Amino acid sequence: MNHREALLTGLLRVADDHLILGHRVSEWCGHAPMLEEDLALPNIALDLLGQARALYTYAGEVEGQGRTEDDLAYLRREREYRNLLLVERPNGDFAHTMLKQLYFSSFMQLWWTAACGSADATIAGISAKAVKESAYHVRHSAEWVIRLGDGTQESAARMAQAVEDLAPYVDEMFAPDDVGSTLAPQMLPDNPALRASWDAQIATVFSEATIEPHVPRASISGGRDGRHGEEMGFLLTELQYMQRSYPGAQW
Amino acid sequence: MTDETPLWEVFIRPRNGLAHRHCGSLHAADEVMALQAARDVYTRRGEGQSVWVVRSADITASDPAEKGEMFEPAETKVYRHPSFYDIPEDVGHM
Repeated sequence: MNHREALLTGLLRVADDHLILGHRVSEWCGHAPMLEEDLALPNIALDLLGQARALYTYAGEVEGQGRTEDDLAYLRREREYRNLLLVERPNGDFAHTMLKQLYFSSFMQLWWTAACGSADATIAGISAKAVKESAYHVRHSAEWVIRLGDGTQESAARMAQAVEDLAPYVDEMFAPDDVGSTLAPQMLPDNPALRASWDAQIATVFSEATIEPHVPRASISGGRDGRHGEEMGFLLTELQYMQRSYPGAQW
Repeated sequence: MTDETPLWEVFIRPRNGLAHRHCGSLHAADEVMALQAARDVYTRRGEGQSVWVVRSADITASDPAEKGEMFEPAETKVYRHPSFYDIPEDVGHM
């Protein structure tokens, strides 16, 4: 793997995280528990898709094969997607959705903050815009996690279940990145180095939410190498439907 | 639902130098969530520099039935309008 391939892989991993989670969040549109949240969730989804677009566009430039953001988002096969398993998990109930958002957005807030100092000017530029958006996602999802965790008996039980269900997908965010050693220093953030700050942030929210930290469980990974859960195929079927049915369609 | 998420009134200041204006209402569990919902519902197109939220129940409103005694006495006091003096030309458009 040369430097260009390593950078391409690194960019696609993050871009795919945002596309897939953006799609998952967009599934709430029209189904949120209240009107206010029905606007808040698509707002977050649109931020995520915007971040994905910027990253795909740059990935296409880095690749240099003429692929556009649309080609990368809609015309790859399942095994070519490099997203975390966490973000492709089905939405489940509102507790699952908000906890997943908190986990990912807290990770990305740290990631974007580090990437603001990237040696690559384009990555630094994308990060400067995204870091503000992700700060709001953390704030919004954290407030919900606190209210559900420290809410009714029902909401607390559902949040506890979400903590248990999503526990196996946490480690993958911080797994050592095999492209890091190939890249020039200071190109992309070092994921394992973000772990301590992330743990501290989540612990603060959990403490306020009166949520018990999850019991360490065997982690599940594979997304970064294109090995996905069975739900991923269904997600891509819907995501790619238009471009697969009407290739090259524009509007 | 409304017991857990009472009604809030939203006020937005569009630019520096302008006053906050009432722009609508929403339901939220508390003031923190109300402020976030206000941001998501009412500032989607860059409308705001600042947002206020206040519990609708905390607003004391005039009674429409008392409209007569509240507002009619002002209707006949035309001298309160600043239209009884000449504006010097040098002032220009006011």
